[in-house]
Parts: sequence; structure tokens; C-alpha cells
Amino acid sequence: MTTIEITGLTKTFGPVAAVSDLTFTVQPGLVTGFLGPNGAGKTTTLRMLLGLVTPTSGTATFGGVAYHDLSRPLSTVGTALEASSFHPGRSARNHLRVYAIAAGIPLERVDASLAQVGIAEYADRRVGGFSLGMRQRLGLAFALLGDPPVLVLDEPINGLDPEGIRWMRQLLTALAAEGRTVLVSSHLLSEVEQSVDRVVIISRGRLVHEGTLAELEAGSRVSVDAPDRAALAAALTAAGATVDAKEDGIQVSALSAAEIGAIAHRAGVALSLLRPEQAGLENVFLDLVGDSNEGSGS
Amino acid sequence: MSSFDNAIRAEFAKILTVRMWWVLLIILVGYIAFLAVLIGAIFGGLADQLEAQGAPAIPAATLPPLVYSTASSIGYVFPVLFGALAATSELQHKTLTPTFLANPRRLVVLGAKVIALATVGLVYGIGALLGSVAPGAAVIALTGGDPGLDVSDTWALFGRILIAMTLWAVVGVGLGTLLRSQVLSIVVVLVFTQFLEPILRVGASVWEWTASVGKFLPGAASDALVGASVFTMMGGSGGGPTVQLDWWQGGLVLLAIAAALTLIGYLVTWRKDVT
Repeated sequence: MTTIEITGLTKTFGPVAAVSDLTFTVQPGLVTGFLGPNGAGKTTTLRMLLGLVTPTSGTATFGGVAYHDLSRPLSTVGTALEASSFHPGRSARNHLRVYAIAAGIPLERVDASLAQVGIAEYADRRVGGFSLGMRQRLGLAFALLGDPPVLVLDEPINGLDPEGIRWMRQLLTALAAEGRTVLVSSHLLSEVEQSVDRVVIISRGRLVHEGTLAELEAGSRVSVDAPDRAALAAALTAAGATVDAKEDGIQVSALSAAEIGAIAHRAGVALSLLRPEQAGLENVFLDLVGDSNEGSGS
Repeated sequence: MSSFDNAIRAEFAKILTVRMWWVLLIILVGYIAFLAVLIGAIFGGLADQLEAQGAPAIPAATLPPLVYSTASSIGYVFPVLFGALAATSELQHKTLTPTFLANPRRLVVLGAKVIALATVGLVYGIGALLGSVAPGAAVIALTGGDPGLDVSDTWALFGRILIAMTLWAVVGVGLGTLLRSQVLSIVVVLVFTQFLEPILRVGASVWEWTASVGKFLPGAASDALVGASVFTMMGGSGGGPTVQLDWWQGGLVLLAIAAALTLIGYLVTWRKDVT
């Protein structure tokens, strides 16, 4: 199976560093979320990975081979980059046919891919008349064309309706379950948190977190309260937690609910409330990327 | 070289799966047929009257090449336009992304595109020749002239017209790759071929030293390659017979222009980051 390895990847546009010394790996058999606000350098990173943009320094490889040197690129890495790379006058089937021919992929794969993404009935329609959701699916059909062990998808959920989002999540999970390496970018954690196993988070071109969502959540907040609030606060503070007393309880950072329960138990404080914050993950994400304006969009 | 073979077949698929190629071909054939009939009728039909009035008439032997060569002397704008549109289409619709994903060897892709479009240029040449020869020969015959279709020189002319049309399509690919923008390419092709170059060629024929430069203009080189054109008939009376290149020199100049434009396009556009 094929691992994506990104090592010291850097891209500068004049004086501006779009991506700085980025290093991470993407493992097979998992869905990895590649997260960061718009402008964080996600797309530039993916385009360097795919040989479309030349890095200023650093390397990006698939199982040790750069994209440019892959002998059968579309059969090794399937890519959906943006929903607008189509000639509007070409039908969906012909769009895929062109690239299947170029990559030496059997033409049976064209209809198979269209069926897999659920747009077989629109195969002979010109792409110019497609909705954003249909274009997303056609982009995904292009990615699946070579039945590749690696999938790199840029914002695949963008423009899908709720039913389409559910379908996409199931597809991503299924693809990873088949042992494929799946890298999915998004600027919204909430969009992918249900389907990703690992996350790579970047902000302003730099890596800020690489790991599982559970590790990320370990840093999130928990609401806790007790009839004897002062005793609880003292016990938590003594245990080294950051405590923020509010009207309706205490906000605790950097401890899990289980750890807080244990601390309260040892201190002999009866709890009246112990609740991991629902918005915790998103808040941690926003704290990490240091841009609280992000994530307000739908 | 199966990768190159696939690349060429993919470029043909790109061309054939969009309507543009046959729409332009139909317009080309119709336009050239119209002009061939018009020119054949004017110079063939009025030859007697022109002679009667003492006006300079065209010798009977030069009328058929004049009529037939409208295929390239006027039709060349079609392959150059199609070549430029095919190249800029990739940038316009951002299809360079899937193109380079399917085949990251960019020089191979550009080479395949040149070969595919040169073939389209050849097909356009055949279409334009059918447009100029079929009705043109009929009009010449009807007006009492000799269509000259049994003369080997006429068929050599056809061959040179096909070479010119093929090269023009490659000029278009180079131009489109260089200019990047579809609208800009159309404007540049039309302004240069229909307006700027004709003026430059007439202007250049005034002095001897400008004429020696003017003969390297792409249209002049193309007319030299073909060896006959409405333009050289009209412009030739002023500049004298020595301002034109030999046919093979004209061909090499046109080839050099096509190669230079494509190479520059490769360097300034094709190799660059695709964002």
C-alpha cells in the first residue's frame, strides 16, 4: 500500500511563503483530513504533491516516488482538485474518456466510474449544464478512473447537498476500508470530523497539528460543576488544570472528562455536572489555526 | 513510446469531442468556395471585356492557381485560429490540471498537441482545397478557361497548400500557448492576419530594404511557399518579382515561426505552475 510522504515542503511566491517547511505522512487504510482556513496553503500543498506546482524546496512522494516519475499516474493516485476543470462543451463521458486515453486506462473504467459516483444517467450531457454537485461527482469520477490506491481530494464536500454529503462520507470510509490512502482537504473541521481518522492541520503554511481527532479533542474544554464549587475549583487547580469559573459551572481546559471525574473523586467532591463541550473540537481547531473568523460560513 | 501514442490519441479525442472543429471547417469550406467562385467569375468572366477596354488582364494560365490558392492565401486564418483556440482552451477551462495529472510529462503533451493540430491543419487544407477547386474549376471551365487540373504543376500547388495549412495550425498552437487568453488570441490572430500584416506587406514593398524584411512576414512566407495568391498578384505589380522567397524558403520560414512560437510558449507558459 502507498504512503504519502511530505518532507520539508516549502513554496514561496516572491517574498510570501505560502507553505513553510511542511512535513507529514498520510497512511494507507485511513481517511486523513487536511485542514486549515482558506489561504492556509492547502491547495498549494496538494498541487506541489501532484507535480502541478514546483516546490521551492522539499519533496512530496507516493511510496517514495514523485508524481512526475510515476509510471502510471492516474492508476496510482486519483485526484479531484476543483469543480471547474472541465470543457463545458464536452460530455461527462467524453471528459473522462479523454483522460483515460491519455493515461492508458481501459475505456470500460469510464462508465464504471460514472456509475460509482451516481451520474451514469447524465453521461452524455455536456458538462456546461451540470450543477456544482454534479461537477463534484464528475471530479470524483475522474479521481476513481484508474482505481487508484491513493486518493487526494480537495474540498470534495463543497457544493454537495446533505444527501450528497452523507454519500461522500460513506464513500470515503469505504475507500479507506479497502486499504486505500485517502487525503481529504477541507476548511471546515465539522465537514469532515465524522469521516476522518486522522487530521493534519495547517495554518499560514505551517503544520500546527498532526494526529487523531481524539488527541485533538484531549485539549478541548469540559464543563463541570458541583454543589461545593469552590472545593471543586481548588481540587482542579491543585491538579494543574486551567479553570474558568462561570455562572453555570466551571470550564476546564486540557483535561478529559474522565480525568476530571477522577480528580473530583479523589478530592471527595460530589459532581452535579460533567459534560464535554459540544463545540470543543471546533474551538480547538479555531484556536490552533488562530483565526476565529473562520468556520462561520455554512 | 506508448505514452506518446496515448498522448496523441488523447489530443485527438479532445478535438473531436467538442463541436468547434467541424463548425470552423464548414465555415472555411463555404467561405473559400464563395471566394473561389467570385474570383473565378470576375477574372474569368470579365477577361474578354477587360481586354477589350485595354485593361491589364490576367494571363489564362495564372487564373487557376490564383483561384485554387485562396484555400491557403485566405483560408490560412482558420487553422491558425483553431490551433490557438485549442491551446488556450486548456488554460481557459483549467483543463491543464487533469491533462498534466493524466500525463505529467508536459513536453510530451505539447508535442502530441502539435501533431494532432498539424493533422487538423492538413484536414482543413483538404477541406479548403475542395472548396476552392471544385467550384473554382467549374467556373473557370464555364467561362471558357482551362482549369488546368491535368497539369502536374497544379497538383504540386495543391501539395504546397496542404503543407502551408498544416504549418499554420502549428503557428496557432504556439501563439495560443504563448498568449494564454482565448479572447486575446482571437483578437491578435484577426488583427494581425486581416489588418496588420496586409498593411505591413504593402508598406514593406515600397523600399527594397523593407521588402527584404517584409518577405519574412508569416503571410508572405506562406504565399511564397504556396507560390500563388491573390495578394502577391496585387502587390507584385509594385514591388517587382524579386521580393518573394523561394517556395522551400517560405516553407522553412513558416516552420521556423511555428517552432519559435511553440518553444517560447513552452518556456513561458507550459512549464510554469498550474494553479
